[in-house]
Amino acid sequence: MLSRIRKLKAAGVVGINNRNRGYIMPHNPRALYARVDDKVETKRLAIAAGIAVPELYGLIHAVREAKDFERMVEGRKDFVIKPAHGSGGKGILVITDRRRDMYIKGDGHALTAAEVQHHIENVLGGVYSLGGQPDQAIIEYRVKFDRVFEAVSYRGVPDIRVLVYRGVPAMAMLRLPTRSSDGRANLHQGAVGAGIDMLTGATTLAVCKNRRIVEHPDFGTPLGGLEIPGWPALLLLAARCHELAPLGYLGVDMVLDAELGPLILELNARPGLGIQIANGRGLRGVLNHIDAAAPLPTDAAARVAVMRAYYEGLSDPPVDL
Amino acid sequence: MYAKITRLGLPLLPHQLEQVWSVEAKIEFEASRHATVVDFDIPDKLGQFVRLDEYFISRGYGLNVGIRDHDRRAEWSTRQARGAQRLYYRLEAVPQSEDDPGEQSRHLPAPPNTPTYEEPLASAIQDVLGDVRDESANVFTFVSQTLVKLNAQAPNDNVMIIRNNLERGSEAWVDRLIYVLAGANITARRVRGVILEDRAANQHLTPWLEVHNGTRWEGFDPQTGNRGYPENFLRWSVSDEPLLRAEGGRNVNVSFSVSRYAKSPTMVARARGVANDTFLASTMLYNLPVNSQNVYRILLMVPFGALVVAFMRTIVGLPTLGTFMPILVAIAFRETELAWGIALFVLITASGLSLRFYLERLQLLLVPRLCSVLVLVVLVMTIISLVSAKLGIDKGFSIALFPIVILTMVIERMSVIWEESGPGQALKEGLGSLSVAILGYLVMKNEHLTHLVFLFPESLLILLAMFILMGRYTGYRLLEVARFKDIVEAPSSDAKPHP
Repeated sequence: MLSRIRKLKAAGVVGINNRNRGYIMPHNPRALYARVDDKVETKRLAIAAGIAVPELYGLIHAVREAKDFERMVEGRKDFVIKPAHGSGGKGILVITDRRRDMYIKGDGHALTAAEVQHHIENVLGGVYSLGGQPDQAIIEYRVKFDRVFEAVSYRGVPDIRVLVYRGVPAMAMLRLPTRSSDGRANLHQGAVGAGIDMLTGATTLAVCKNRRIVEHPDFGTPLGGLEIPGWPALLLLAARCHELAPLGYLGVDMVLDAELGPLILELNARPGLGIQIANGRGLRGVLNHIDAAAPLPTDAAARVAVMRAYYEGLSDPPVDL
Repeated sequence: MYAKITRLGLPLLPHQLEQVWSVEAKIEFEASRHATVVDFDIPDKLGQFVRLDEYFISRGYGLNVGIRDHDRRAEWSTRQARGAQRLYYRLEAVPQSEDDPGEQSRHLPAPPNTPTYEEPLASAIQDVLGDVRDESANVFTFVSQTLVKLNAQAPNDNVMIIRNNLERGSEAWVDRLIYVLAGANITARRVRGVILEDRAANQHLTPWLEVHNGTRWEGFDPQTGNRGYPENFLRWSVSDEPLLRAEGGRNVNVSFSVSRYAKSPTMVARARGVANDTFLASTMLYNLPVNSQNVYRILLMVPFGALVVAFMRTIVGLPTLGTFMPILVAIAFRETELAWGIALFVLITASGLSLRFYLERLQLLLVPRLCSVLVLVVLVMTIISLVSAKLGIDKGFSIALFPIVILTMVIERMSVIWEESGPGQALKEGLGSLSVAILGYLVMKNEHLTHLVFLFPESLLILLAMFILMGRYTGYRLLEVARFKDIVEAPSSDAKPHP
């Protein structure tokens, strides 16, 4: 036990307590949380900054408006309903298709309009929101993900999580939905996290339920060596998100849409630490490097360069590669 | 806290007992049909002891207690009394917990006037005092030497004259010594005390000599000249006045009996605090009404439950449903006892959960749905109580103390986690909460802790310090060590590099 603690320390692994006290508390001012916790606000800020986000079809504020959702999605085959203040992928309903008056969920189940409406009411009631306060329901464009990920994701949308520290992308992973995560891309729900080489954009190691894996648990397809198209653009996009919400410790969730290219899905003020397992390395090294490089450049591209300098300087490749 | 232990003698452990001495003075006399007034010297400062309580038992007498000429006296009076009369005065005392710095008399007693002795006493005293003066260094050694000389086994003529056939150890003897010492300008007085001995009956007061050296009084054995007091000497009277005066009574007699018994030290400490009238005593929770005391017994333990929660969450990393829910459940366990508490908790959550899943089909709005679950929880609890009453299990009644609102929230949160992350996660968090609650219960029930924190509520500050320290802890949580295991110890056979 003690030797493992020592090893973890040596590997620069950041624990929750350390993350909270060492990074989130000093770098994430409370006042800015509203910008990331409220997805409507995030969307608005992103549009204003010229950053691409999934198109908003409609916003439902009150229970009496819940039945209006049918009007909002009129003429659209697929859409996503999510809580504006949700966290950890909770309360996201993905409708992939419509048959007669039924709505087909991502997992193939058919829902009646009343059931969809009930889901919206739950969202409004605050079932999925942080702290349980009344919420709003967002109805938005469903991302058609890039075909590169087809072989490694079960139903839902794979996304790319970049941890941006003080505006510098520090670490990234590709999050792939699995059967046990019910099509969601959140690691703690059983999704696969694949570490990404920050220089090349290729996946390296993978993790599922905190354990190292090499193959997708549902398909058996290898998870390493997957090239993410347009990686430099994605890094730049992630770095620019720091300008939307100047949180020092920020998780940026992006998707690669087949038609629209990279889109910002949401920002996260308390990104988890599973990214370390996916990459097989602790965060401390890169975070210290970024701290040492302060004051950081205001230009996003220059900030990406700070990160590149760190990873190029690493002689050893990530563990076991 | 330290002061409370040393000054009031509060015990660190529950169930300790302290010895309490009970001294009873019995006054007997024959009344002569007239108005009777009994004037009795009762103790004020007890020397090595502290008075806890005193009782006056006297039927048909009016009582008046007061201080007269620096002397505490009780006066019983009645208009008419006939035949044998008995009055009792009972005193409860405990040893002083710290050495009393001695009676610091603020007013220096006036030195006695040198008496004019008659011959041959005058020359005898002159000789004795003259001899001693050469051999002694200060007042106390002087007195000591004098007493040794006057109590010598083989007395010379001078001593014989001074002794005057007085019985050594009697009050008259002590008075004689004071008279002699006055010849050397030494302030001395006679005190009377009870030598405490368990189950001693018909005791009389022992006279003792006290000498003042200009700063304090010191006791001397009138028969040996040894400094100090007998062991367990309870000083009863310091007055020259007679111990007892009875107007309108004959055959007056007073006798003392002593017994010892054990008393809860908290009671003793409390009484000691009151007796000394210290500020410390007023800070004790015993001053509250009993009802509030019981509330505080529980309330003061809540931070300890919180300590368990904080520890399990920040150091161990165990997930719980809500921060304070385990504490509230733990408080409920206090009433139901552990096994029953766990059974009831599981039963209520399980039935609540299944009802909650049924309600899901009705597709209700959040708050009304929560309220419906609340109703069901209350109904389930009522049913459990009724059934257990039928079966004659009285534990079922105490279920009412279960925090129903919290339970309702637990059920709701568990069902959401169940849907979102699967039953495994829901059970994990449910069990996590339950185990933290059990641990919290065990800590909060700890008798030693309850006792300590009740007597020393300020010890919660230690807890506060611990919380602040914990708030600054940035090390790994124990469960994280297992979680991050693969970063440093990935099995190489599993994690082959991709082709």
